[in-house]
Amino acid sequence: MNRNQETASFQGKNHENLLVLLKEAQSKFGYVSEESISEITQSLGIPVSEVYGVATFYSFLATKPLGRNVIRICKSLPCYLKNSRMIIESIEDKLGIKPGETTSDGKFSLELTNCIGACDKAPAMLINNDVHVNLTPSKISQILDSYE
Amino acid sequence: MSEKRIVLKNCEVIDPRDIATYLDRDGFKAWEKARDDMTPEQVIGELKDSGLRGRGGAGFPCGLKWEMAREAPGDEKYVICNADEGEVGTFKDRYILENDPFTLIEGIAIAAYAIGAKQSYIYLRAEYHYLLDVLTNAIAQARERGFLKHVDINVREGAGAYICGEESALMDSIEGKRGEVRYRPPFPPTKGLWQSPTTINNVESLMNIAQIILNGAGWFNQIGTERSKGTKVFSVSGDVEKPGVYELALGSPLRELVMDLALAERVKMVQIGGATGRIVPYETIDTPLSFETILGAGAITVFNESRDVIDIVYRTTEFLAEESCGKCSPCREGTEAMVEIMERFSRGEGEEKDIRLLEELSEAMMLSSLCGLGQAAPNPVIDTLRYFRDDYDSRIKQKQGGTVL
Repeated sequence: MNRNQETASFQGKNHENLLVLLKEAQSKFGYVSEESISEITQSLGIPVSEVYGVATFYSFLATKPLGRNVIRICKSLPCYLKNSRMIIESIEDKLGIKPGETTSDGKFSLELTNCIGACDKAPAMLINNDVHVNLTPSKISQILDSYE
Repeated sequence: MSEKRIVLKNCEVIDPRDIATYLDRDGFKAWEKARDDMTPEQVIGELKDSGLRGRGGAGFPCGLKWEMAREAPGDEKYVICNADEGEVGTFKDRYILENDPFTLIEGIAIAAYAIGAKQSYIYLRAEYHYLLDVLTNAIAQARERGFLKHVDINVREGAGAYICGEESALMDSIEGKRGEVRYRPPFPPTKGLWQSPTTINNVESLMNIAQIILNGAGWFNQIGTERSKGTKVFSVSGDVEKPGVYELALGSPLRELVMDLALAERVKMVQIGGATGRIVPYETIDTPLSFETILGAGAITVFNESRDVIDIVYRTTEFLAEESCGKCSPCREGTEAMVEIMERFSRGEGEEKDIRLLEELSEAMMLSSLCGLGQAAPNPVIDTLRYFRDDYDSRIKQKQGGTVL
């Protein structure tokens, strides 16, 4: 992006990088740690409360460590109508964790999420950045086994 | 009656990874026509004459929006494409982006020329990260071919927040902030991104631009109704045999979409426009879909006779409470209160006075919320109280009769 004409003191635009940096920290470490927050605070010169405020606003940013793979099962109505409850239960059974929890080996975190825009192929879920659609309980094992 | 594919004319026809297949179908001809034969004012005039209205749900006239941004004073101006499709039951933009990113890019190129922007952003929701590659690849190909000499297009990814589909929250998110809505006025065309003039359009709105420029406003405004020109792309899901994306001329009846195309049976009700949309009973299935009647962003969720109205409304209010950005109290507190009351009904513990509470709360939220989320959050409650009052009453009787499950 062309930033030549801008002065470094334009705090408004410095701010622009905050969400980008937080997302980088999230994908690098699996969560936004206190260390990451203080680093970002220093590099952008904006208050820690502001950085923390943004980090906790978005559902794809976590301030506590997550598993290596994050499962987000859609709980919105179109998936609910296609029995997403059964998918949630079969993943809970397979992994032995409830939504909001991480497996003891740190391999999976399980979350419920709002509409992921795959309603035509419901029920659906995201694992990390991959979308899995037309789910049935019998497909779950194979899908989970494909993650390291 | 059948589908009318204008916006989707290239979808599943071209190769979204190869610009040559797009160029074979008049790709970037509209941009060349705008650039070589038209002034920015003429482009805006054509758009105004076309009658195109915003496809993200609000239906604001696109030409007017562009004109305001062009005329607003400021050296730096921005075009933003809203690809933060988060409304429950909406997936049309996903389908468009994965099948035809080039028409969108051409629309952005024309928009930037028209308003005088050198910088553009596509705000892509985090849930659609898997579309980032096809999109950036398409931008790179368009740039290589020399179609983007006048504008830089950057993709900005969201981080999981429904409210960021609201334009002012979206701009705050691009600025790296919490996605909280802004007080308005000022509106984006005068003070938008970084307080500069900004035009922000839905993916589908921008998908219409190239064909309007190429074929003319007179061609476009023959399609649709008096105040709803062109087509609409609908996302149909729920209790239907054939869920999917359908494009119909505006003014087409709901029945055609739900019964004839998506093959629904035993329909009880339809939610139009997602969580903040309207709920209509089967009896109104012949309603035409247009800005004059009912439309939203085109999310159509169908519920059959086996579904429990109270349960559906309860889940919808839960979603809205979770996704309220929290900036204004009518929405932040109101959606929570609504969930509490609906939960009582769903447990069979609702009382007659809860109905009055819901009505009062709805009115306060509609009048005093800062943005469309809070203002429209009561819709599912109001509509079901109107059309499915028996379902509420039977829950109240359930409590009175002591037959709570």
